[in-house]
Amino acid sequence: MAGPVLEMRSIVKTFPGVKALSDVSLTVRRGEVHAICGENGAGKSTLMKVLSGVHPHGTYEGEILFEEEVCRFKDIRASEEHGIVIIHQELALVPYLSIAENIFLGNEHATRGLINWNETLRHATELLRRVGLDEHPETRVADIGVGKQQLVEIAKALSKRVKLLILDEPTAALNDEDSGKLLDLILQLKEQGITAIIISHKLNEIRKVADSVTILRDGRTIETLDVKAPETTEDRIISGMVGRDLEHRFPERTPHHPEEGAAPALEIRNWTVHHPIDQQRKVVDDVSLTVRRGEIVGIAGLMGAGRTELAMSVFGRTYGRHAGGTVLKDGREIPTRTVPEAVGHGIAYVTEDRKHYGLNLIDTVHRNISLSALGKVARRGVVDEHEERQVAEGFRASMSIKTPTVFEPVGKLSGGNQQKVVLSKWIFAGPEVLILDEPTRGIDVGAKYEIYTVIDRLAAEGKAVVFISSELPELLGMCDRIYTMAAGRLTGEFSRAEASQESLMRQMTKDKEVSR
Amino acid sequence: MSTVTDKTPAAAPPGGNGTGGGAGLLRLMLDGLRRNMRQYGMLIALGLIVVLFAVWTEGDLLLPRNVSNLVVQNSYILILAIGMMLVIIAGHIDLSVGSLTAFVGAMAAVFMVRNDMPWPLAVVLCLAVGALAGAIQGWFIAYGGIPSFIVTLSGMLTFRGLTEIFLEGQTLGPFPDGLVEVTNGFLPEAGPETNYHNLTLLLGLTLIALVVLQEVRDRRRQQEFALDVPPLKLFLVKLVALASAILVVTMLLASYKGAPSVLLLLGALLVGFGYVMRNAVIGRHIYAIGGNLPAAKLSGVRDKRITFLVFLNMGMLAALAGLVYATRLDVASPKAGLNFELEAIAAAFIGGASMSGGVGTVLGAVIGGLVLGVLNNGMNLVGIGSDWQQVIKGLVLLAAVGFDVWNKRKVGS
Repeated sequence: MAGPVLEMRSIVKTFPGVKALSDVSLTVRRGEVHAICGENGAGKSTLMKVLSGVHPHGTYEGEILFEEEVCRFKDIRASEEHGIVIIHQELALVPYLSIAENIFLGNEHATRGLINWNETLRHATELLRRVGLDEHPETRVADIGVGKQQLVEIAKALSKRVKLLILDEPTAALNDEDSGKLLDLILQLKEQGITAIIISHKLNEIRKVADSVTILRDGRTIETLDVKAPETTEDRIISGMVGRDLEHRFPERTPHHPEEGAAPALEIRNWTVHHPIDQQRKVVDDVSLTVRRGEIVGIAGLMGAGRTELAMSVFGRTYGRHAGGTVLKDGREIPTRTVPEAVGHGIAYVTEDRKHYGLNLIDTVHRNISLSALGKVARRGVVDEHEERQVAEGFRASMSIKTPTVFEPVGKLSGGNQQKVVLSKWIFAGPEVLILDEPTRGIDVGAKYEIYTVIDRLAAEGKAVVFISSELPELLGMCDRIYTMAAGRLTGEFSRAEASQESLMRQMTKDKEVSR
Repeated sequence: MSTVTDKTPAAAPPGGNGTGGGAGLLRLMLDGLRRNMRQYGMLIALGLIVVLFAVWTEGDLLLPRNVSNLVVQNSYILILAIGMMLVIIAGHIDLSVGSLTAFVGAMAAVFMVRNDMPWPLAVVLCLAVGALAGAIQGWFIAYGGIPSFIVTLSGMLTFRGLTEIFLEGQTLGPFPDGLVEVTNGFLPEAGPETNYHNLTLLLGLTLIALVVLQEVRDRRRQQEFALDVPPLKLFLVKLVALASAILVVTMLLASYKGAPSVLLLLGALLVGFGYVMRNAVIGRHIYAIGGNLPAAKLSGVRDKRITFLVFLNMGMLAALAGLVYATRLDVASPKAGLNFELEAIAAAFIGGASMSGGVGTVLGAVIGGLVLGVLNNGMNLVGIGSDWQQVIKGLVLLAAVGFDVWNKRKVGS
């Protein structure tokens, strides 16, 4: 049995206010495919960033041994010189350059600053053959699909004489066929002696390619298992991923008992959405669900499950191409083709990405709060500033937004307080249905509790709440009912009593074939 | 005149706790200053430039005749700068306004000089032409999705060419006296013989009364809503400063021929657009789409319609500037309005606009325009050649925006 090629010992990485990795050790044997799995936020990506020098030496504690040599990478370039190459989830290709140009970007075949095109094309052709990509090297990257782009990334890694290839959720954006090809390629490369680390949520995928799997949870290594060993079952992996006890981190909730007969506040029927660019891909596939007044309904799913896409496509078709399905409110079909239409019918969507889609960071707290319902503080098109300010002061008190004044730019507030501003903004719009997308992402525990209290209050006021989250404990602590999604489809529905972290995770890691 | 509507975009009332003692007054003032660094910074810079040239020209800069001239000479750039500020806040740029100014001037001459159209009708038609030109460009930008830089660059070439076609390469004038009187005249004489222009004095005093009344009412409303108000002393200081600034400008103008009529037009635009940008829903929406377009869309802002309207408005203001400029020269020329777009853009940026949109005030654009105007005028008076004038103006633009960037980095936002 081969010795370890990589050892990471007791890695600790702290961001301001958050401990992302509190004690992670990882040993990867030479020539194996090593999977890393864990919930969103368990620290997988951070660990890989430490390894590849994105977080340079000195910003973390612990040590890294690669090929029995202590490594102190100061940037990505340094780790690549050792043959460690990371392929990020968001591909880092320049769309308007050719495949060949992308492969050798920053690493050109050149003499005295002039590119040797013959050598470039020859080498690129060879690399493309190795990864099994049948495209001319002069094709623009923008003209090939995501699956093929992924292969270009791997060819690029190979050009750097990669010894350890790190793939961060490589199949998250791929369809089944492309995923299959990619996994086959990883196995082929293993034959050629390249060690790989693959971050993945998909258990069947791990089964197919990995030799061992390391499970991370809350910034710690839980255990490393041999995938081929008989005792390594999916249940074992799942319990490792979620095995966390629920403390008193949620407000007391009286579970909601819906009145029989009344139509649900929101019903989505057979909702299907295609990817905005890759139109063959169904991002949301025939989803139907209901939410009643006073009810908090969770949608659980891992990255790429299509939760956000579902929510945004319902909310004024702000994502993808609508390919079928209807939205009903109180039993009547409503149009939601534009945001004003959706808002007009009492739907609000609180985005998961508050910095890009939720707030105007350079504007003040009070103007952000009033933006989606300016009409409420305006008469004949003129905003009553005093009333607007009073509204903001009201939310500042009721949501306990910590800010010196409501005239502070929102960008200066902490994450938790920014989230409260986004929530205030949509509560002010007076919706009957609130879709909350990862409302507690990236905020500290105290602020989380406050947000939970607000959500609870909204439900008690009779609003219908959809709660999207990848943190299972918070869904279990808050929701009356939970749907699970995987690969764009609904894979399960659980009542509060039925749901457990294990049962949810099992449905969340299901792939299409299994659920059919 | 910048002080006339100082209150318009003077942004956030300081959220002091209302217990400022005598010594706290200065601190409160400094506090408010820091809060609105960009706004007051430019105002202070303008003040310094005025003082510098007043000393350098041994007082010539502040002679009543020169002050009056300064206003009239810069009026069309200021009109353009107001529109440009809206465009830049919305996250766009308009390169066509100089050509459009010339084009509307040419149309005005064609209507009134060549075809003897009555001037009120011609003015309405010219404004409509400007609005239409802006609307066409706005349509391509908002609904066609073509970047504003490209669309208006195309407009810049197109309208310049059309100007030459309509004028057949010649200058065309003069304009009817009635119109020239309105756009480039002064307020009429009235009342008893004094050494001052009575109507201007009356206007200035009315303005002071209005400003004071408005401020007091504003303060009372804030108290009514149980909001924090700045302490009484600070409030009084502000009132006195405002009133005296208006008074000084009034006296200067009144001791010459009185207020130029174009000053009234500018004042109206400044107050009107300042009010819209600060208080109207559509103004807020303009800031929102410039500040964060995806977030604005998800908040239900009809971003395309707003963009379209912003360019329509810019076209109409360019037409207004074109009329003022053509009638001031009393002739429409194919070379009119050269580089006006750049002056207007520079004014907006000196006045606090940001390349990435979402920031800026109408008052800022006017202050920026005045900085450039006073520089131009002052440098002319002391006899600096136009070669060096351009160098200095270029450096001032760089310094103003550089200061802004540096200041923001220091604050850490």
